[in-house]
Amino acid sequence: MRKARKRIGLLLAGVVLTMSLPMAAYAKEGYTYNYDWWMDVQYSPDAYSVAGVFSAKELGLDTVLSAPEGLFVYDRYIYICDTGNNRILELEREAPDSLKVKRIIDSFKGGSGSQTFSAPTDVAVTEDGYIYISDKNNERILKLDMELNYVMEFGKPDDATFDQSMSFNPKKISVDSAGRVYCIAANVNKGLMKFEADGEYSGFTGASKVTFDWTDYVWKKLATKAQREQMESFVPTEYDNLYMDADGFIYVCTSNVSSDELMDGDAAPVRRLNMMGNNILVENGNYPVVGDLYFESGGGFQGPSLFTDVTAMENDIYVVLDKVRGRLFAYDDQGRLLYAFGGIGNIDGYFRRPVALDHMGRDLVVLDSLDGSVTVFVPTLFGDRIFDAIDQFQQGKYYESGETWREVLSMNGNFDLAYIGIGRSLLRQERYQEAMEYFTLKWDGDNYSKAFKQYRKEWVEEHILWLIAGFFLVLCVPLAIGKVKAIKHEIDIADIFRQC
Amino acid sequence: MLASLKKKETYSRYFASLKFSLYCITHPLDGFWDLTHEKRGSLAAANTILFLTLLVRILKLPYTSFMFMMVYWEGINIFLYLASVVFPLALWCVGNWGLTTLFDGKGTLKQVYMATCYGLTPYPLLQLPMIFLSNVITAEEAEFYVVLGSFSMLWVGVLIVAAMMEIHEYKMGKTVLFTIATVFAMLVMVFILLLFFSMISQGVSYFISLYREIIFRL
Repeated sequence: MRKARKRIGLLLAGVVLTMSLPMAAYAKEGYTYNYDWWMDVQYSPDAYSVAGVFSAKELGLDTVLSAPEGLFVYDRYIYICDTGNNRILELEREAPDSLKVKRIIDSFKGGSGSQTFSAPTDVAVTEDGYIYISDKNNERILKLDMELNYVMEFGKPDDATFDQSMSFNPKKISVDSAGRVYCIAANVNKGLMKFEADGEYSGFTGASKVTFDWTDYVWKKLATKAQREQMESFVPTEYDNLYMDADGFIYVCTSNVSSDELMDGDAAPVRRLNMMGNNILVENGNYPVVGDLYFESGGGFQGPSLFTDVTAMENDIYVVLDKVRGRLFAYDDQGRLLYAFGGIGNIDGYFRRPVALDHMGRDLVVLDSLDGSVTVFVPTLFGDRIFDAIDQFQQGKYYESGETWREVLSMNGNFDLAYIGIGRSLLRQERYQEAMEYFTLKWDGDNYSKAFKQYRKEWVEEHILWLIAGFFLVLCVPLAIGKVKAIKHEIDIADIFRQC
Repeated sequence: MLASLKKKETYSRYFASLKFSLYCITHPLDGFWDLTHEKRGSLAAANTILFLTLLVRILKLPYTSFMFMMVYWEGINIFLYLASVVFPLALWCVGNWGLTTLFDGKGTLKQVYMATCYGLTPYPLLQLPMIFLSNVITAEEAEFYVVLGSFSMLWVGVLIVAAMMEIHEYKMGKTVLFTIATVFAMLVMVFILLLFFSMISQGVSYFISLYREIIFRL
């Protein structure tokens, strides 16, 4: 008995050992992942690697960053709003893996009010050389020139649409090419506040539509007044952050979402607003742009991904930052997930409380508020090739795009978009049958239909003679046989033959 | 039984009864009356139709275009998949017979089964060409496929109701009433089966844990 037990023990140890070995290998691969057509998690090679993590120590600063909130990248300069220390850091990226403090902005010249900042939360720099700073607790948005001379400020709007009893606390700002300032202010849920270049307030834009379904309406009708007051009121969602892309469209993100709405695709936590303030974000993916599809609670996390910042690159690839699990999600122009990576933790490439995100070319910069650090990510070969393939397709180099997607595929055979990318490239090269194979593999019915339509047309044109012949055979031959039989029958019963 | 397989008329009767299913689906009231009262149907033909239905249902999985049928092969259990036809069919037959036999239904369990299987005829008849159709149409023409699919199901439904009406010699109102009642009877049976299985598995797991405990202490 004891011997048997020992043997079982050995066997168990063996099982545990063999099972733990591949698991150890998988743990590394778990950093970057994607969802396939069936919404199963498919781990992927890393698309980004950490070039460096820079905190006060690495930057050679005396005071540690205190709850920094804002991040802006202009050319090769990174601006950080060190909110708790009332200063703005201007960093220069000298090499891919080195950042140097160029200057510390904690005051400016000119102007009528205070010449220092009080809790600056965001900063924006424009091509024509102005720095815009949202000076939150001083209730103003400052416009300074590069030498830190006061140019003008945008204050609390003197307008009926803005509740005058409320204070004006700008949280996030963005400036378009004409100098118009778009601002997200605290406790304002009517959308983005828009200021003209001359400082005049011109109203709200991009407020989300208030939606409720009829069950809510019925409940409200049935409820007493006291109950009604207890119920949640339907107010538009407040935005968390905004980003002006190269085409002048504004990406906004919000974390005021419920998980039900997210999975229905009604929540739209990421939006792309046009000049009219309408959401024009393309969501052609198999699932809506919501970050993680599964949000089991565990490890101290619960609930869906909550986006705290968004940034968009030149080719309409946009990346969103989830503050719950510290993950970055990159989507292409069709709203399909390219890759997701990151996490909460203390190692490089993980964050403690990520708050802001921006990009420098293809590199990503993430600001960690709790850690007081900036993480710079550079794309790996895998990430670079994905960018290349999308770029080439957008430029009309379909053949090259297909070849690049093949390269991506050789690095990650579980990447659905690579198959579809090759298929789309083949489709453009009019190689329909091959394209159909690739679309079939990854369940892309729409593109498959496009390819199949052309293939079917070609097939019919090639085989038209056979088709007509087949049709003729099916239709005319039984008819002819019937006729022959009828004649034969008539001959058989004809009187003239009967007599002989 | 074996001796009868050697006789030629056995086959001619089998094929005649199988061919009669085509008459049934186009003339349900007349056809289903003759099915039992004129003995023009046969159990062998009914089994054949059920077999064809199951066969077509399996063939649909790999051969339907992926645009209309997305098969998660990792999650397919062929027996469970077939049970999705056979199990409701068995419940229907038993439930319907059990109820109608109490309320002047003239049909026997065998006849209920036979008539229901004959009612399934449009399914293999339409779904088999639809497998081919699905491979020659694009997403824009998907409506043809969808309409044809719903039509085949609707046809089957109408046929089964008509069959029950004829074999039990019921009026229309009574048939509808007992169709609904049968559905409820099926639900009750499912409930009892679930209860039964959960009780059994609880009982088994009790003895398994008892055995484990004893082995552990030895």
